[in-house]
Amino acid sequence: MTRCRSLAALAAALFALTVSAPALRAADNTIKIAYVDPFSGPFAATGNNFLKVFTYILEMINAEGGPLGKKYEIVAFDDKLQPAEALIALKSITDQNIPFVMHCVGSNVGAAMIDGVSKHNARNPDNRLLYLNCGALATELTNEQCDFWHFRFTANVDQRAVARIKTLPATVKSVYVLNQDYLFGQSVEKATLKYLAQYRPDIKVVGDELVPFGKVQDFSPYIAKIKASGAQSLITSNYDRDMNLLLKAGNDAGLDIRYDAFLAHQPGGPTSIGPAGDNRLTSVMEFHDNVPAEENNPAAQKFIDGWRARADFNFIPLDYVTLFRMLTAAINKAGSTDALKVALALEGMKVTDMMGDENIMRAEDHQLLSPLHEAIFTRSAKLDAEKTGLGWKTEAKLSAADLTLPTICKMKRPAS
Amino acid sequence: MQVVVGSLLNGLVYGMLLFMLASGLTLIFSMMGVLNFAHASIYMLGAYFAFETSRWIGFWPALVVAPALCGLLGAAIEVWGLRRVHQNGHIAELLFTFGLVFIIGRSVQMAWGMLPEPYRVPALLDFPLFTLYGLQFPAYRAFMLLISAGMLGAIWLLLKRTRIGLVIQAALTHPGMAAALGHNVPLVFTIVFSGGCLLAGLAGVIGGNYQSTEPGMADSMGPIVFVVVVFGGLGSLAGCFVASLIMGMVSTFAVVIDTSIADLLRPLGVALHGDDLLGEILTVPVARIGPLLPLLMMVLILLFRPRGLMGTRDT
Repeated sequence: MTRCRSLAALAAALFALTVSAPALRAADNTIKIAYVDPFSGPFAATGNNFLKVFTYILEMINAEGGPLGKKYEIVAFDDKLQPAEALIALKSITDQNIPFVMHCVGSNVGAAMIDGVSKHNARNPDNRLLYLNCGALATELTNEQCDFWHFRFTANVDQRAVARIKTLPATVKSVYVLNQDYLFGQSVEKATLKYLAQYRPDIKVVGDELVPFGKVQDFSPYIAKIKASGAQSLITSNYDRDMNLLLKAGNDAGLDIRYDAFLAHQPGGPTSIGPAGDNRLTSVMEFHDNVPAEENNPAAQKFIDGWRARADFNFIPLDYVTLFRMLTAAINKAGSTDALKVALALEGMKVTDMMGDENIMRAEDHQLLSPLHEAIFTRSAKLDAEKTGLGWKTEAKLSAADLTLPTICKMKRPAS
Repeated sequence: MQVVVGSLLNGLVYGMLLFMLASGLTLIFSMMGVLNFAHASIYMLGAYFAFETSRWIGFWPALVVAPALCGLLGAAIEVWGLRRVHQNGHIAELLFTFGLVFIIGRSVQMAWGMLPEPYRVPALLDFPLFTLYGLQFPAYRAFMLLISAGMLGAIWLLLKRTRIGLVIQAALTHPGMAAALGHNVPLVFTIVFSGGCLLAGLAGVIGGNYQSTEPGMADSMGPIVFVVVVFGGLGSLAGCFVASLIMGMVSTFAVVIDTSIADLLRPLGVALHGDDLLGEILTVPVARIGPLLPLLMMVLILLFRPRGLMGTRDT
């Protein structure tokens, strides 16, 4: 009985705390950005790395003079890569009246966020927020599930698949397709098969596999299957642990094929494959450390050098810089952080990224149109990745125009 | 054939790694009646200790140093932690080890960060032992088999052929009587807990570079180890061994089976499509649900034989 009462008291205290939180918000000089991603569990490495990246980028953006003369402040929430946890975080974000929420990892979580933000905005017209998607890649999120309050600031699965397929060497004639068995992996599988048929009908798909997400302890049996299929190339969108263990098992077995990946450049990937990946692993990415030197861009080089000196790590997500450039421009244009005004300002916005390429936020589906690089993991790269001695070297660059695909989004726009 | 032989070998390697982890857990459970939730965390610590040691003085010393550190840590946990909460009953002990999971997990993240560490196979063992149908079998996997088989032999000898083993077995079943005969039962408890942690540490040393050394490794190994222990029968070392091998084989072989239940029904004239819920479940190939099979097997054995394969008492 006493326990019940003390629990009730605790709940009441917590409730009082959450209710009073908005009141505590100072009329300060900052614009808060909530950031929801996994900071614990098997995928914590990615969330933590991205948080560091955002902190570095925001220092630069704030130094350039933030939006409306204010500074950005990032507030992190752990979602443990669970949609339910992300929605709990969302509740706490809206309770604190934070106008923007970023989320990068996991399309399943992204789908839940779109739904959660959309419902919240419909029910609370005076406390709306925008979902700035920095990495939930499933194309469906800007097609079937597209929503006015969701903006994706990174290339989606279909754009990446087009880049992936178009850059496969002409000598590749048979591929094995292997992806994680959840929204994102299935989306990649569908897109890969579709664009293979469209752009490379000469390639035979000798295997098509979905592996349980984050559950496989040893990929050796998959490697045996891939070997038996006689594939020349393994096309995979695995990331984090699922990618690391896959590469490791392939190396252990001496599987002599190309690895044409979507996300091998994610934190931990280069460490896991190590020297054995030399000239055999390619990935499709927004950017990498050697792009500034390849394109002879001193300003970008300074940005990269600063990051490497700070974090002792490599840099990929250039589109996060673009995200904040666009957001800043949109807030300035809207003259406030009101979600509706900023959303309208973001639609159709054009911004040149750090490399001088034009990025467009397409109004129809709120999908960023941006360039992608296809790069190979090699010893001859100038700046290495994750202190492995090997780094990424661009083999092909695809422009935003190359990667502009039709959308089937039918967006429900708010009456205003 | 090629896939069967390959899978058999890989299943054996994975099964033996599971056994190294599960044997310590089952020993501790049969002795103290405590399911040590932190067991997989100790496994992770073993991998990190080995990585750190091998960075300074090499892999071979690490093979001794890291398990020893884990054993010492286990002893400390038992003497200063478990023994105190023991008087409050099993729930308190369970919660205590559950708390340790978080403490160890966080400490590892604070000490080594979130990213995988480049803990690599030692150069001496980094070569293909033999080639099987075009795929290499790494020497390191054979070494893992050797270590785990050696460990199995050592435990068996210790428990069945030495005086210490006799006392441990006595304290296991009749702690009161063993104490009355003048044996120091609390010390035996410490030895067993510390020994279990040592085994987990050893598994970490050889598992850390077989998989990848990262803060998530405890979370990913934890559940499957409990499945093995429950399936084999709580407290039974032999059951644990058989269950480990079964789970290793099931996980490995499931991957190569591309048929679904619907495919098996087809010759009988039943045609199913993945449109409705039932149809979807039946048409999913086994390969896609491989990691679920051990859990399914655990549920079945709990339903039909709650004591596990070779357990001596109901769970």
